[in-house]
Amino acid sequence: MNYTASELMTVHAARLLRDGDVVFVGVGLPNLACNLALRTHAPNLLMIYEAGVIGARPARLPLSIGDPTLVSGALAVCSMYDIFTLYLQRGNVDVGFLGGAQIDRFGNINATVIGDYAHPKVRLPGSGGSMEIAGWANRCYIITPHQKRRFPEKVDFRTSAGFLNGRAERQATGVRGGGPQVVVTNLGLMEPDESGELILTALHPGATVEEAQANTGWALKVSPNLRTTEPITEDELIILRSLDPQNIYLKG
Amino acid sequence: MTKLCSLQEAIASLVHDGDCVYAAGFTHLIPFAAGHEIIRQGRKNLTLARATPDLIYDQMVAAGCASKVIYSYMGNPGVGSLRILRAATESGQVQIEEYSHFGMISRLQAGASGIPFIPMNQTAATDLEHANPNYRRVTDPYSGREVIVVPALNPDVAIVHVQRADANGNAHIWGILGEQKEVAFAAKHVILTAEEIVAEDVIRSDPNRTLIPGFIVDAVCQVPYCAHPSYTQGYYDRDNAFYLEWDKISESPEAVKAWLDEWVYGVRDSLEYWQKLGSETHTRLAVKPRYAAPVNYGDY
Repeated sequence: MNYTASELMTVHAARLLRDGDVVFVGVGLPNLACNLALRTHAPNLLMIYEAGVIGARPARLPLSIGDPTLVSGALAVCSMYDIFTLYLQRGNVDVGFLGGAQIDRFGNINATVIGDYAHPKVRLPGSGGSMEIAGWANRCYIITPHQKRRFPEKVDFRTSAGFLNGRAERQATGVRGGGPQVVVTNLGLMEPDESGELILTALHPGATVEEAQANTGWALKVSPNLRTTEPITEDELIILRSLDPQNIYLKG
Repeated sequence: MTKLCSLQEAIASLVHDGDCVYAAGFTHLIPFAAGHEIIRQGRKNLTLARATPDLIYDQMVAAGCASKVIYSYMGNPGVGSLRILRAATESGQVQIEEYSHFGMISRLQAGASGIPFIPMNQTAATDLEHANPNYRRVTDPYSGREVIVVPALNPDVAIVHVQRADANGNAHIWGILGEQKEVAFAAKHVILTAEEIVAEDVIRSDPNRTLIPGFIVDAVCQVPYCAHPSYTQGYYDRDNAFYLEWDKISESPEAVKAWLDEWVYGVRDSLEYWQKLGSETHTRLAVKPRYAAPVNYGDY
């Protein structure tokens, strides 16, 4: 069975979701992962979008975070202030999906600048909702291709918090969320160990430890219980492709 | 008293050089026609505030209207980067003041509530706090723990697009609500643009849908299709193809200038702009109706 790296990552992200989870969703692969989970093992998934939409049932593929298809047929729509306070800050969100230009050894994310803040090499779009999602969602998942430039030892700017310089440091801030739980890449899965450092815990069929290490910017440790992920099924792939019929997000 | 006037009159009397302008709308209801009118009237040195500057501010920056942008996500939603704004901030032509979405809308919530600042829980990510001195910490006097605070934002002018309003500016909004209500109450002046002007009876038939009361509104303008290439829920779809096209146009200053000449300086108003888009675009953006079940307010 042939599939793209994006399809592989999206299926594995979908499998991380639990039935009944309240998920803060972004457009692109996270949206596809949530809609796949909804149609497979998590029929009671509640999708929340930062634009203020609760219980969205998009009838077509949303192409922006505020696509009108998210509204028609949704359970509720509220202001952005309400979505960030009543839903996220209050602790009503189980899962947040995050992405960024750089993710470091402790799962901190940079979506702000490459280089110095005042005189950057590149100014990126910035936080949007991610600073608060990373702080306050109970569990955070990251979907990103496994490339060395995306995984530096330290990020240039901490837009959103992983475990800072270690799990204890995050805990000491008193922030409510549990931090990053899994990074899904095209090679496998990375998860934080007891210290909060991301280590390789699973490889997709055909991927190797050497490949993962060569594409990570720090000395990537390997879990003693390294496993191979369950192959993605034809059913998952058929449903997933039906969600992105024009292959806008899944082609890569 | 009616506040009805043309968009040209509203911009001429309420938007001044150097003002802080907040054109509202999170992806939805972005008042592009008002942005284009500000460009035509040649306003300068504006501070442009929006959570997502979107194409409207990219175009206004391209036209030389702005000296500063206050924002929380500087991207072309669903596409990539805002090339013009990014280049202008990197060259120093435009100053930036950056927040997270929550920081940004919290500023509006404080401004709308008439309080000087507003607390937020900390997120454990402190780099933006260090980059933007408007983020401060204070001690919660009850628990003794630190909270993050941001100051109220009270723009000189808010521009808010809505589905329907009466001549006094009592406005019904549905779909994604973004920061429409908050910015209308936070701003010193409010320009309301509406797809339709309706009788006061229509507004009174569904008072729960009135997000903005007319008494805080200065000007009411009937501006159909004001939001294109953004959208108005139930009226027309988002023009995602144009968001992609802008990514290409904005690669070259010549193409941007040609686009502004043709689509902003070259048209009189939003109706001429909409006609110029042509029937193919109108058909592509048309949306089938999907009505809510009526509610019974009771005849008391």
